[in-house]
Amino acid sequence: MKIHEYQARELLASFGIPVPAGQMIDSVGQAGPAYDQAVAGMAKPLAVVKAQVHAGGRGKAGFVKLVNSRQQAIDAATFMLAHRMTSPQTPPEGLEVKKLLIAQAADIADRAPSGKQEFYLAITLDRKSRRNVLIASREGGVEIETIAHERPEAIIKQPLDPVQGLLPFQAREVAFALGLVGKQVNQAADIMLKLARCYIEKDCTIAEINPLVITPPDAHNPDGRVLALDAKFNFDDNGTFRHKDIQAMHDPTEENPAEIKAKEFNLSYVALDGNIGCLVNGAGLAMATMDIIKLQGGEPANFLDVGGGATEEAVTEAFSIILSDPRCQGVLVNIFGGIMKCDIIAQGIVNAAKGYKNPDGTTGFKVPLVVRLEGTNVDAGRKILEESKRIVPTLQAAKDLGDAARKVCAAVK
Amino acid sequence: MAILINGSTRVICQGITGAFGAQHTRGCLHYGTRLVGGVTPGKGGSKDANGLPIFDTVRQAVRATGASATMIFVPPAFAGDAIVEAAEAGLTLICAITEGIPVQDMVRVRAVLDQRNASGDKVVLVGPNCPGVITPGRKTGGGTGPADVYTSDGCKIGIMPGYIHTHVSESRLKKSVGIVSRSGTLTYEAVWQTSALGLGQSTCVGIGGDPVRGVNHIDVMALFEADDETDGIMMIGEIGGSDEIEAARYIKEKINKPVAAFIGGRTAPPGRRMGHAGAIIGGADDTADAKITALKAAGVEVAISPAEMGAAMIRAMGL
Repeated sequence: MKIHEYQARELLASFGIPVPAGQMIDSVGQAGPAYDQAVAGMAKPLAVVKAQVHAGGRGKAGFVKLVNSRQQAIDAATFMLAHRMTSPQTPPEGLEVKKLLIAQAADIADRAPSGKQEFYLAITLDRKSRRNVLIASREGGVEIETIAHERPEAIIKQPLDPVQGLLPFQAREVAFALGLVGKQVNQAADIMLKLARCYIEKDCTIAEINPLVITPPDAHNPDGRVLALDAKFNFDDNGTFRHKDIQAMHDPTEENPAEIKAKEFNLSYVALDGNIGCLVNGAGLAMATMDIIKLQGGEPANFLDVGGGATEEAVTEAFSIILSDPRCQGVLVNIFGGIMKCDIIAQGIVNAAKGYKNPDGTTGFKVPLVVRLEGTNVDAGRKILEESKRIVPTLQAAKDLGDAARKVCAAVK
Repeated sequence: MAILINGSTRVICQGITGAFGAQHTRGCLHYGTRLVGGVTPGKGGSKDANGLPIFDTVRQAVRATGASATMIFVPPAFAGDAIVEAAEAGLTLICAITEGIPVQDMVRVRAVLDQRNASGDKVVLVGPNCPGVITPGRKTGGGTGPADVYTSDGCKIGIMPGYIHTHVSESRLKKSVGIVSRSGTLTYEAVWQTSALGLGQSTCVGIGGDPVRGVNHIDVMALFEADDETDGIMMIGEIGGSDEIEAARYIKEKINKPVAAFIGGRTAPPGRRMGHAGAIIGGADDTADAKITALKAAGVEVAISPAEMGAAMIRAMGL
């Protein structure tokens, strides 16, 4: 589960990590006051207006704007709330922007001989060692994957003890390795320790601060202040049950409506770009079914795992979710009936297809439907499918996985 | 000899009174597994529907039954604790079937198990989020009840359908393969295909779809390599993590038996979780194509289509 940047800032602040002043707004009328508040007491009245959507590429799309007057803040907010944001990470039609963050644009100290004092800091799971790891780099503000690929030596890694978490000396080691000096060291180490605590306590899969910056020295801070300018969190879906506060941050408007509906019925569904819907039991078999459709020259419209049960109710719900995608021109059902018997599954599929309510009010499945069943009582199951031709004319039974993929691909062409 | 379990392995079920635990306890009993009891805290002293004794703690269950293996159906919030309880009670094979255990719980569980094993214990964790382990036996009955078990010398610990498996003595080609997989139903598919093509299975191990788990492909393949009843090895992997890349390296260096493989998720988009918590493409090593390339380079017969898994195994074995 992802959250918005403004929520990530709130989460960081709740763990005592310093972030520049700012607030979330959802109407143009709030832009002026939010700007005034963000720049209050600053030498330069510079603020940043940022669209709050779950997609990257905001800067290039014009949805992150530096502003240095109240009017500019209002203009930026007016534009962003009225236009859909399009970037390589959004669907082609773009995303509606409903919320903005207006925050103080912190001044960043210069780095000798060139550049700015921007750093990267994150905690995530290292699957190889099966431990959490702190990742840091002097090259903040850019994609960490690029750095990891091009200059792995520029990345510092510190493994967390599975029981004790990050220890203070480890955080200091990283701070020194980042080239920090004087009072910067303890400030940064403190942030790392708090970020590690947040990551573990809240069941994160990633807790990232990018960039972490140092402000220029001032009268109170001879070495500058260490601040988190932007943050990104992702949470373990298996862990959110024990965090009411994180659940409350969930923004359903950022998700595909079909994926939300699938979750309600305990179906695992991911929308894709193709035109062949898939209904499968088991995640591995569901992935393999997508693969074989592609091998046969088709394009899967979705990943859908109905789970071990594959009951009539689950299949009915799955059908309505799959067919809610207007691109879907055919459906492949692939069930390996382990515990469930194939004849019962076959009857469930036929009933679900027969009773399927089309958006135009009519009843009965209209697009091609290819069903492949294997397992207990498979012969009885296939017989039911064969005999259902009168009831569901578009239904074809397949004898194996390869046959099923060929039939569905031929049917939608 | 098969690996990990055989017909004489004594097994308990943690979470035996839950709907899922009760259903699969019955399924394992009917297959012929020597299930000797179960654990549900607070229900100690009673018996389940099959007449098996229920205990409050794993330690009591082990003391009373002499079990060495457990299958865990405890709900996700408590399953991490159940795994550690099993290890502390001295069980040496823990099959965690439960799906949805928080990753951070598994990080701590792994640390506890790793520490025990480093100090000389031999605890094997299979899963979580897996179908379990099965060593097929010779078919002796219909599998309809305790008096009509499906096999008399097989052992099924988990949720897989037992009847799709074939004991080597009843296979047409009189050869058996060991199967190790991250997926449940895809494993059944592989079992089905190999059985249909005339092969038997020595043991099938579902290692589970979570990012932090117990045994991985390499651990299981090492056991298969050493097992004189395993003639070939089938490995089923998927997108996410770099285990299959490491397995490819391991196969090249240490495995002399023929190996066939399938990697699921070639068409999965990056950054999206495909059902399994661990099935998500992050870096370059995570993709199906990277894994397939590495396996091919290690001399593995890779099935590109999931319909060809059995055929790839036959080719690898030169049959």
